[in-house]
Amino acid sequence: MKLEGAKRWLIAGIALAVLVSLFSAQFNRYYLGIAIDCGISIILAVSLNLINGHTGQFSLGHAGFMAVGGYSAAKLTLVCSPMVPDSLKPLLFLAALVLGGCMAAVIGLGVGIPSLRLKGDYLAIVTLGFGEIIRVVVQNMESVGAASGLKGIPKYTTLGWTFALAAITIYVVAALVNSTYGRGFIAVNDDEVAASSMGINPVRYKVTAFVIGAFFAGVAGGLYAHHKQFLSPTGFDFLKSIDIVVMVILGGMGRTAGVIIAAILLTLLPEVLRQFADYRMILYSLLIIGLMMARPQGLFTFGKKKKGAAAV
Amino acid sequence: MDWFLQQLINGLALGSIYALIALGYTMVYGVLRFINFAHSDVLMLGAYAAFFIAPAIEPIISLPSLTGALLVTLLSALICAGIGMLIEFLAYRPLRSRPKLTVLITAIGVSLFIEFTCQHKAVFGADTKPFPPLLPATDFHLAGLVVSSNDLVVVFVTALLLAGMWFIVHKTKSGMAMRAVSFNQQAAALMGVNINRIIAFTFGLGSALAAVAGILYALKAPGIEPLMGVQPGIRAFIAAVLGGIGNLPGAALGGLLLGLLETFAGGISGLSSYRDGIAFAILILILLFKPAGLLGKASVEKV
Repeated sequence: MKLEGAKRWLIAGIALAVLVSLFSAQFNRYYLGIAIDCGISIILAVSLNLINGHTGQFSLGHAGFMAVGGYSAAKLTLVCSPMVPDSLKPLLFLAALVLGGCMAAVIGLGVGIPSLRLKGDYLAIVTLGFGEIIRVVVQNMESVGAASGLKGIPKYTTLGWTFALAAITIYVVAALVNSTYGRGFIAVNDDEVAASSMGINPVRYKVTAFVIGAFFAGVAGGLYAHHKQFLSPTGFDFLKSIDIVVMVILGGMGRTAGVIIAAILLTLLPEVLRQFADYRMILYSLLIIGLMMARPQGLFTFGKKKKGAAAV
Repeated sequence: MDWFLQQLINGLALGSIYALIALGYTMVYGVLRFINFAHSDVLMLGAYAAFFIAPAIEPIISLPSLTGALLVTLLSALICAGIGMLIEFLAYRPLRSRPKLTVLITAIGVSLFIEFTCQHKAVFGADTKPFPPLLPATDFHLAGLVVSSNDLVVVFVTALLLAGMWFIVHKTKSGMAMRAVSFNQQAAALMGVNINRIIAFTFGLGSALAAVAGILYALKAPGIEPLMGVQPGIRAFIAAVLGGIGNLPGAALGGLLLGLLETFAGGISGLSSYRDGIAFAILILILLFKPAGLLGKASVEKV
C-alpha cells in the first residue's frame, strides 16, 4: 500500500520519459531545453527536500554537491568519450552520472558526519561554507578549467534521461521516507530529543539523508553538465543553492508533490519573466519574503499533513 | 622580518574592519538569536549614503577634512540606522514568534532584495563608482614599513566604537534592557522592558556600525558597487562566530584574527588563490571543535 504510491510515480515518470523521448525530435529545441531544466530542478529539489523537508536539516550547500557531481561526470566523459564507440555512449553517460553521484555522496558523507552535530542556523552556515569551499577549490583546479570553466562537454542529456532519473529520484525519496526505516527521518524532524530517547540515532539518520540527497544532487549536476555542455564555478554559487531551497520552501517542506510543482514553476518563471529581466531577481527576493510572511508552510500545501506520515 | 611586520599592519587594518562589521552581527544575534543576512547590505548602503552626501556638503565644508569626514559619517550612520530599523519593522518584527528558520530565510530574501534593487540601473547601477576621499590620506614610512593614515584611522575608530558599544551594553539602562531581552524575552517583557523598542534600538545601533564600517571599507577599496558588502559581510559573520557570537570582545578578537590570517595567507604564494576558502575553513573548524566560539560560553539545550 505504502509502496504503491511511490511506485506509481516511478512507473508514470519512466513511461512519460520514454514516451516523450520518442517524440522529442519533433519538439522545439528551446522548449526541449526548458523541459530538461525542469527535470534537473525536480531532481535537485526533491533530493534537497529529503534533507531540508523530511529530516529537518537546513542545508544551504546543495549547489556544491551539484558542482562536484557535474565536474566529475563531465571530466569522465571528456576523457573517455573519444575512446568509446558510439554504441556504448549511453553506458558511458550512465557511468558518468553514477560517478558524479557517488563523488557527491562521498563529499556529502565527509561534510555530513562532522557538521550534522550542529543545528538550525549554524548548520545552514556550515553547509553554506562547504558549498563555497567546493566552489573555491574548483575555481583553482586547472584540470577542470579553473575560473574560465570546463568547455566542450558532449551533449548526452536527453529528455528521456532527465525524466527517467527524476522519476527514480522521486521514487527513491518517497519509498525511503515511507518505509519503516524512513520513519526515522520524520521522527528526527519532529523532535530530535524524543526520537533519540526512542532509540533512534539522529546522527545516523541525518547523515543518511545527507548522503542520499548529495548523491542525487551529483546526478543532477551530471545531467546539467551534459545539457549545458559548459560548467563554470560561478554557476554553483550561493544563489544557486538558494534557488533550490526556495523550491523546497515554496512547495512545502516535506511535501514531495508540492516540491515538484514548485521546481517546475520556478524553472519556468525566469523564462516567462525574460522580458522583465531587470526586475526578475527583485521579484524573486520579494517572493521569498512574501512567502515567509504569508505562507511559511509552502504554497502547495493544502489540507493537513497526514499524522505520522510524509505526504507524497 | 619587514615582510612579517608589514603583513601584520595590513592584517590589523583589515581585521579592524571585520571586527567593526562583526560587532553589528553580534549585537543583533545576541538580542534576537538570528543571523541578519542584510547586515552586509546595510554596510553597502552606508558607503553609498556617504558617496551621495559627500558632494552635497562639499560647498559647506571642504573635503577631504576631518570635520567633513565626521559629518558625512554621522549622517550616513543616521540614515543606515533608520534603514536598519525599517528592515526590522517591516521584515523581521512580523515573524518574531515564528521558527528561526523562517526568519533566516526572510533575512536571505531581504539581503537579495537590497542587492538586486540597488544593482538596478534606476537605483545605483551595477558598475563600480569611485569613492570620494573623505580624509586627507598620507603614507608614513617607518624603517621600510608603510603605514597609511587610513589604516590608523580604521584601527582607531574600531577601538573607539568597540569601547562605546561596551559602554552602552554594560553601563546604560538601554544596555541592561538589551541584555535582559537577550537572556529571556518573555521575562524581560514582564519586567517592563519595551521589547519592540529595545530590538529596534539594537538594529539601529548595529546598522549605524555597519555604515561606519562601510565607509571605512570604501576608503580602502578602489570603488563602491552594490555587492561590495557581500565578501566583508561573510568574513565578519565568520569573525563573529569565531569569537563567540553575541560576545562583543569576541567579535573584535575574531575580526582581528581573521584579518591577520587572511593577510598572511594572501602573502604566501600558492595559498593566496584559496583566500576565499580560508575564512570558511576556519569557520567550519571552529564550529566543529568549539561551537560556542573562542570567548563564548557553551550552553546546554533545555528540553
